[in-house]
Amino acid sequence: MQRPVVTVDGNEAAAYIAHRLSEVVAIYPITPASAMGELADAWTAAGKPNLWGDIPTVIEMQSEAGAAGTLHGALQSGALTTTFTASQGLLLMLPNMFKIAGELSPTVIHVAARTIATHALSIFGDHSDVMTARTTGFALLASASVQEAQDLAAVAHAATLETRIPFLHFFDGFRTSHEVGKIERLTDDDLRALIDAGAIAAHRSRALDPEQPVLRGSAQNPDVYFQAREACNRFYDAVPGIVTTVLQRLEALVGRRYGLFDYRGHPEAERVIVVMGSAVGAVEETVDALVARGEKVGVVIVRLYRPFAADAFLATLPTSARVVAVLDRTKEPGASGEPLLQDVATVLAGAAADGRAMPRIIGGRYGLSSKEFTPAMVKAVFDEAALPQPRPRFTVGILDDVTGLSLDVDPSFRAEPPGVVGALFYGLGSDGTVGANKNTVKIIGEHTPQFAQGYFVYDSKKSGSITVSHLRFSPVPIRSTYLVDSASFIGCHQFGLLATIDLLSRAADGATLLINTPYGAATWDRMPVEAQRQIIEKKMRVFGIDADAVAKEAGLGGRVNTVLQTGFFVLSNLLPPDEAVMAIKDSIRKTYGRRGEAVLDRNFRAVDGARAALFEIVVPEAATGLVHMRPPVIGAAPEFVRTVTGEIIAGRGDLLPVSAMPIDGTFPTGTSQWEKRSIADEIPVWDADICIDCGRCALVCPHAAIRIAYVDESALAGAPAGYPHRATVGKDFPGKRLVIQVAPDDCTGCSVCADICPARSKELVKHKALDMTPKDTVLERERERFDYFLTLPPIDRREVAIATLKGSQALQPLFEFSGACSGCGETPYLKLITQLFGDRLVVANATGCSSIYGGNLPTTPWSVDAQGRGPAWSNSLFEDNAEFGLGLRLGADARHTAAVRVLRGLRGILGDELVEGLIAADQTTEAGIFDQRTRVAAARERLEALGTAEAVEALPLLDGLIRKSVWIVGGDGWAYDIGFGGLDHVISAGRDVNILVLDTEVYSNTGGQASKATPRGAVAKFASAGKSSGKKDLGMIAMAYGNVYVAQIAMGANMTQTVKALAEAESYPGPSLVIAYSPCIAHGFDLAKMMGHQKDAAASGYWPLYRFDPRLAASEDKPFALDSRPPTMPFKEFAAAEARFSMLAGADPERSEELLKAGQEDIDERRRYYEQLAGLERGLPGDEVTV
Amino acid sequence: MKPDLSTRYLGFRLRNPFVVSASPLGRDLDRLLLLEAAGAAAVVLPSLFEEQIEHDSMLVHTTMEHGTESFPEALSYLPEMSSYNTGPERYLSLITRARESLRVPVIASLNGASPGGWTSYARRMQDAGASALELNVYFVAADMDETSEQVERRYLDIVAEVRRTITIPLAVKIGPFFSSTANMARRIVDAGADGLVVFNRFYQPDIDLENLVVVPDLKLSTAVELRLPLRWIAILHSRVKASLAATTGVHDHFGAIKLLLVGADVTMTASALLIHGPGWIESAIAGLGEWMVEHEYTSVEQLKGSMSWRGAPNPAAFERANYMETLASYEVPR
Repeated sequence: MQRPVVTVDGNEAAAYIAHRLSEVVAIYPITPASAMGELADAWTAAGKPNLWGDIPTVIEMQSEAGAAGTLHGALQSGALTTTFTASQGLLLMLPNMFKIAGELSPTVIHVAARTIATHALSIFGDHSDVMTARTTGFALLASASVQEAQDLAAVAHAATLETRIPFLHFFDGFRTSHEVGKIERLTDDDLRALIDAGAIAAHRSRALDPEQPVLRGSAQNPDVYFQAREACNRFYDAVPGIVTTVLQRLEALVGRRYGLFDYRGHPEAERVIVVMGSAVGAVEETVDALVARGEKVGVVIVRLYRPFAADAFLATLPTSARVVAVLDRTKEPGASGEPLLQDVATVLAGAAADGRAMPRIIGGRYGLSSKEFTPAMVKAVFDEAALPQPRPRFTVGILDDVTGLSLDVDPSFRAEPPGVVGALFYGLGSDGTVGANKNTVKIIGEHTPQFAQGYFVYDSKKSGSITVSHLRFSPVPIRSTYLVDSASFIGCHQFGLLATIDLLSRAADGATLLINTPYGAATWDRMPVEAQRQIIEKKMRVFGIDADAVAKEAGLGGRVNTVLQTGFFVLSNLLPPDEAVMAIKDSIRKTYGRRGEAVLDRNFRAVDGARAALFEIVVPEAATGLVHMRPPVIGAAPEFVRTVTGEIIAGRGDLLPVSAMPIDGTFPTGTSQWEKRSIADEIPVWDADICIDCGRCALVCPHAAIRIAYVDESALAGAPAGYPHRATVGKDFPGKRLVIQVAPDDCTGCSVCADICPARSKELVKHKALDMTPKDTVLERERERFDYFLTLPPIDRREVAIATLKGSQALQPLFEFSGACSGCGETPYLKLITQLFGDRLVVANATGCSSIYGGNLPTTPWSVDAQGRGPAWSNSLFEDNAEFGLGLRLGADARHTAAVRVLRGLRGILGDELVEGLIAADQTTEAGIFDQRTRVAAARERLEALGTAEAVEALPLLDGLIRKSVWIVGGDGWAYDIGFGGLDHVISAGRDVNILVLDTEVYSNTGGQASKATPRGAVAKFASAGKSSGKKDLGMIAMAYGNVYVAQIAMGANMTQTVKALAEAESYPGPSLVIAYSPCIAHGFDLAKMMGHQKDAAASGYWPLYRFDPRLAASEDKPFALDSRPPTMPFKEFAAAEARFSMLAGADPERSEELLKAGQEDIDERRRYYEQLAGLERGLPGDEVTV
Repeated sequence: MKPDLSTRYLGFRLRNPFVVSASPLGRDLDRLLLLEAAGAAAVVLPSLFEEQIEHDSMLVHTTMEHGTESFPEALSYLPEMSSYNTGPERYLSLITRARESLRVPVIASLNGASPGGWTSYARRMQDAGASALELNVYFVAADMDETSEQVERRYLDIVAEVRRTITIPLAVKIGPFFSSTANMARRIVDAGADGLVVFNRFYQPDIDLENLVVVPDLKLSTAVELRLPLRWIAILHSRVKASLAATTGVHDHFGAIKLLLVGADVTMTASALLIHGPGWIESAIAGLGEWMVEHEYTSVEQLKGSMSWRGAPNPAAFERANYMETLASYEVPR
């Protein structure tokens, strides 16, 4: 029977089965599993039925814990239920998983296996998450490829119903979940043949139903619990047999054979690797290559990991095995070995007791956090196993120069079978390279008999990010589960990348290079000499195309993807050129067809234009270039930045040894300043003559790339020629000169500053005090000017009214040059709090966008001032951030208390005046804080000189006497959903913490899934039909406590109110909650217009501004100040500017109309309510009773 | 005896010469039904704009693509919709629904400025059921290198291309800014137009004095604006083999009568309807009938063109002399 062949990624492969075989799907976004939930939601929204004709209910929950609870409940009601998750999400499901398994409830949780956060978060793949579920009682079934992700998903669904044991079906995050491959799709007939209808009926018959009432979930005592726990044993005993029969049914249907364990290799292998997950592909290739050389090696592939079928394992492992090397993609510090190793050892020890020859068992860790695992590394394991005394425990894939555990790897070893064509494409996220390559994989996969594989590597920046696409094409199925390292085609889709990345190091001899170049015949001379040398050495052919010009001519701006895709097809000969062009156009039609004819026309024009624009570049015999590659960091950087951070930036992080790494995840701040990414095409240039000194540009800059200084004229004596400055305007900084400077290599070109600039030339209205200017025309001048700017003396904080717009912008930002999206709506607020309180700021940062652009290596935007002071930052988890921040507060308070106690004992040494000054310091002003620091310095000096035991005890406590500003920062996904319970508790605790909610109204970091902050009528993932319910009013919930400072702000709507609210929140000695309107890409409008749009948000009443200050309640005043005026713009007009609303108006006008009407009613009612609140006097709630 | 108000336009026998011109009035079916009930003899639907189709679909495209495939945790930011309706589907559906519900002719309107793929929409409008098509060529010749001949060629190419595409009657709505309007009118008819609609009113730019930005603005017409079509209908009547529709400035039945007198087959109205509502048509029809009775006209056909360039007692008044006399009638301030 002919089955459809599709080209999908692992997530889609598994989700397809899950949706077909479920009635209820409870979801929550988490990387790398989010796509499974998104697809399930989209299919349900599109009315796609399950196997039985019903449309599955897909419900987004507030957390994975919530999803697991819903899963548990739906199972108890007899529904076929599933969920998807990874990493911390799986951890949140564990409590329910024990229950689900304990109640023998059949379900499948599909997991895109991902690293658990330890010393650092990582979104990438390993088995540390699924290994935490070993004790839950779930069966664990591992898929090793995209095809298996589909096949074994179906097996899991079938087996769980028959066994009553819940299954955790997992495949490796990113390597499998995001690998695009050609697979044969299971048909509905296949699924019907796999699923036992009787088992479904039996599951339903166990549903909680008052017609046949039972009690499930009792509490048991020591007398019976143990026996009851053992009562399930025979069900676990039956699992291997039942799974085997399901696998056999599958084989009978589709011909693909899977066992609980499978063996591949020499029939009398002496060295055998045991492994599961995506590494199987690389190990199989290596085994094949080594066996072909005559080596006696083999691999046991683990599919059903739990229950661990000992007999099946022993039957699979050749008895000839002398050394068994068990590879675990996880780490259990302190264990005698990692989990798979322990299972294997236990089984073999038992077998040895029964008389089977006991092989030597060695165990190694590999591939943590998607670390590459290549045939060369596999061979290193076999080589180790061949030694007379192999290391019992090892790591492979890294250089461990501290504990010496790592194996040496010969990188020249390759095992890729002949006939495989590898291609690499280097581009920017914004140029569409990855999207086109995904289509290329589909074209080859679906238009030719060839197999195709696509795997995509992204960097961790959200703006200007570089992508590398690894594509393989082969006449046989592709098992190479590692990056392409010998490519016969290299596409360089941005000329500038030649100077920053060594993109030819993975080129094979004789490879073809296609460069997007505006330089035509002069291209060769513009290439870095390092690239030229490699081209000559590897005898490469080089082709050029001015893809930007072709795309521009076709009306596609910078989207060069279809141009270069055409170039690849023409040069690669994978398809006859005419056929390729037709196939490309067909794929364009499929991908973009719904968006309109104009989109198709323009892309077709780009494809047609590409062929004519392709030209060959003559390669001379010697490198002649004068240009060199750029160093990853600038020379003045500190040693750690140069030797570690710089290597990571340069793409050589894999080569860093263990000794280079901090032991506990602690990194220096202030590192983004050394990473000059220079990603902007245009940067703002200041015209001092027409500037009105308003400070707005620096305030709104999301990247701290516009700086303001107020200096004495004398300080400008050494300025470069023509350095612009002007007299200040207004009374804030009398006598000072104003300097506004762009950081040219750090600006992302978002143009928010130029958009907001109110100062226009009288002679030429379009000319503003800040004009976006082509960077190349001013770069050298502005670099010199910025370097000089950094030498200007910082203003004395004591002289500044910091809680004002202009005052705040006179202060140094200690959050700078983040990798956030260009025009990010969140970062201006973070930067502002660092200006206001940065030198005494402690930040608890919920996982999300802000933790990624704030803490994802290689660099951090959190920075330090000239004294080395600056924000101390930490990310604990997603769900616990409020509690974590409260802990930081309590810890700081405890340190203060201890410091006071110790100081009191040191009166005799330090003197009463100093001690009293330190203990009773008024630190409510900058001057007060300065004085306290002076006292602390004095005390330190004396105590260090003293050197006694009591002095030594006091020294680490001294800084605890300086007032700390604790800020708990996170997005709406955290504050409104997963972390709400904790947030609620923390604000009820009355402690002095400040909570800043960067409200983008969606889960931005995972790609725009709806949260409870998503407004009615907006389209978001998980709410693709438009969110039907209104936004939760978090501020009002907090206000109900009465003693919580609450403010809602929108910088673009009212800058003064924003600064004031943040300053008030910080000064309030109890809990404060500030909800900040943060426009995001997911809103679907030009973020350059972000500030004006925020103004419209307030003007339409969509985002009301207010402040609730309990201090006013204490004085029997009206504590609620409604800071925004009555709406002057209909909601519909505001909404029309955002795609998240207007897309629905296009797709479903009637529903959109209804939702917008309801949205307007929400606004009207809220305004009416707030206006009443603004007129109310209110007292504080009673104090906590402490007696 | 009640005079016969019927007239012929684009081959249709219309019950009176009052036609609803392309405007927001035609956006929804309920209002179209009200207009028909009030007596409208035909309706021109609001224009489908070439730029709008392009703009909407490219906006959706760029918005959907922005930020995608850049960051491993968020490969996209917005869900794909089953449809974006950036194309003409909604408009085509309006045509179909209007034809199903109305008895009077439903004239679709297509607005564009360049020959190309978009003219295929004309065919789709025909397939959707449009009784006729009004082609609105709106083009500001701002390119210093483009000659008047090239501009004229652009008009003619578009008309010819659309003519080839459809079989239903084709009216072309033109602006008054040709060097030789009369000659262009004839060439447009020769290129395939069955009717001319004179004249287009352009969105003219205005300046927001507070924010110092240029803002597009459309003011409703005033009765005085009727003079321009009046002149040109008079000049064109019976000299081009095409129906003539007068639009702009028709604010009462007197204006309509004047236009009919100079040769208009129909008069088209939007501003007055926007101001007064559908009832305006009813009173205009009544007013026309009364005037005809009073002035002893038996039919609109009898009235039409009786004071055109050919029929007026002083035809030179439609030409340059008119201009000189008007100026001369003003006293120069001292």
